[in-house]
Amino acid sequence: MHGLINRSLQSFLRDTYGPALWSRVAEQAGVAPEGFEAMLTYDDALTDRVLAASAAALSKPGEALLEDLGMFLVSLEPLRRLLRFGGVDYVEFLHSLEELPDRARLAVADIGLPDLELSSGKDGSFRLTGGAAHPGFLPVLAGVLRAMADDYGAFALVDMADGGDAVRIELLQAEYSAGRSFDLARPEVG
Amino acid sequence: MDGQAIQDAALIGADALGKLMPMYLWVTPTGLIRAAGPTLAKLGGPGPLIGRRFLDCFRVDRPRALYSMADVQALQGQRILLSLREGAETSLRGQAQPLSGGQGWLLNLSFGISVADAVRDHRLTNADFAPTDLTVELLYLTEVKAAVMGELAALNTRLQAAQRESEARALTDALTGLANRRALDIDLARACHLAGRGEGAFALMHLDLDFFKAVNDTMGHAAGDLVLCEVAQVLREETRKSDTVARVGGDEFVMILRGEADPTHVARVAARIISELERPILYEGEPCRISGSIGVTLSRFYPVPDPERMHADADEATYAAKRAGRGRCVVAGG
Repeated sequence: MHGLINRSLQSFLRDTYGPALWSRVAEQAGVAPEGFEAMLTYDDALTDRVLAASAAALSKPGEALLEDLGMFLVSLEPLRRLLRFGGVDYVEFLHSLEELPDRARLAVADIGLPDLELSSGKDGSFRLTGGAAHPGFLPVLAGVLRAMADDYGAFALVDMADGGDAVRIELLQAEYSAGRSFDLARPEVG
Repeated sequence: MDGQAIQDAALIGADALGKLMPMYLWVTPTGLIRAAGPTLAKLGGPGPLIGRRFLDCFRVDRPRALYSMADVQALQGQRILLSLREGAETSLRGQAQPLSGGQGWLLNLSFGISVADAVRDHRLTNADFAPTDLTVELLYLTEVKAAVMGELAALNTRLQAAQRESEARALTDALTGLANRRALDIDLARACHLAGRGEGAFALMHLDLDFFKAVNDTMGHAAGDLVLCEVAQVLREETRKSDTVARVGGDEFVMILRGEADPTHVARVAARIISELERPILYEGEPCRISGSIGVTLSRFYPVPDPERMHADADEATYAAKRAGRGRCVVAGG
């Protein structure tokens, strides 16, 4: 698993639950004391051990933890901005999700996000599938989609479906609130 | 039929054209702006573009400056670089093609490489770009590149710090913080090289502690370690910053004293070191008593100073000091 993904997981655990929990999880899982390095690649099994150790330490179901990770990712402004490039509204954003792995590859060639497929149901709901090789991927996306709905000001119900094989998105109101602003121009640094 | 150009002119409304090409301009044969795409209209500044003279609103820079509409013909199909005359003077690029029926010219424009500035200056959004336009992807890439470069820079900083630390560790004696044998070898080779070229005399001083084994045996290793650290402190104080002080064995120390060519002066430094070493060091209230035997040689004794030869001579001098009753200094060849 790419270091960027591992490092996101590390930041999420450390920022949300404190450095002590992170140290304990890292030690149990066998992560080096200095933590993950964003620009290196790690064995998938190591990521799985970190997830298992943190779910156990927090007595939280793994899926819920991954959804929280997805919400956390959107709280990081640079990442939120990159996601907002996907579309002008939530529906356009949903349709851009199939492009997400390609977009990520444009940024980091070896990031290795699994392919995604979005299908729309007759009732106005959407179904997102993919990433069968990485079962943790969809729950993270579910968290991302939930947070992005708020970001766009849409009112949507986002849940895991089909026993964890899909994310179901029910769009109740496309323009529910003002949402957060997004300016194409990057804010001045500093 | 396949492959045969269609001769009919396409008719399209200004609104639809604006959706396809949000930055189009329709310029009449007399040079007036007849219609403009919505994004371009946004750039035009406070007043509307429509009805104004094209050349009053835009400055055509390349392939050459344009002063009259009569010259547009020559630019047909070429890449034109132009800029807004007002406001942020946004630069643009585009192409002009004639409209049929003497309706003038159609120009399709886009932002050049400075698109990020244009987006900021004119507060453009995704909706201002046609779905076929990759400008938004370009902006996305610009941001993502900045983020990735930031991560790489941070990684480099961490690696550099780690490298410096491991280099320092590789050259330092862990207990006393003095240089180790590796560092001494490097420094001595350099000093010999310089002295060989007549660029800096130096003294090589060997110090063997006396009675150290007794301290270690009777008072324990912790007392021994404390004594070694105190000795290191004495040596640091009695030498200059530019000198090298190394611990090369259990109770053996070697110093390179730079700029030293006078045997009498070196002997005085050695005597001072010995008298400092002989002050009792308290360990858990108990005094530890040691002394030291010092052997010295000077680079100026050799036509071409050689590290091995100098070490051998300084060693011999140290043994001579020990044989003469310890707690003293002998200068080689003296």
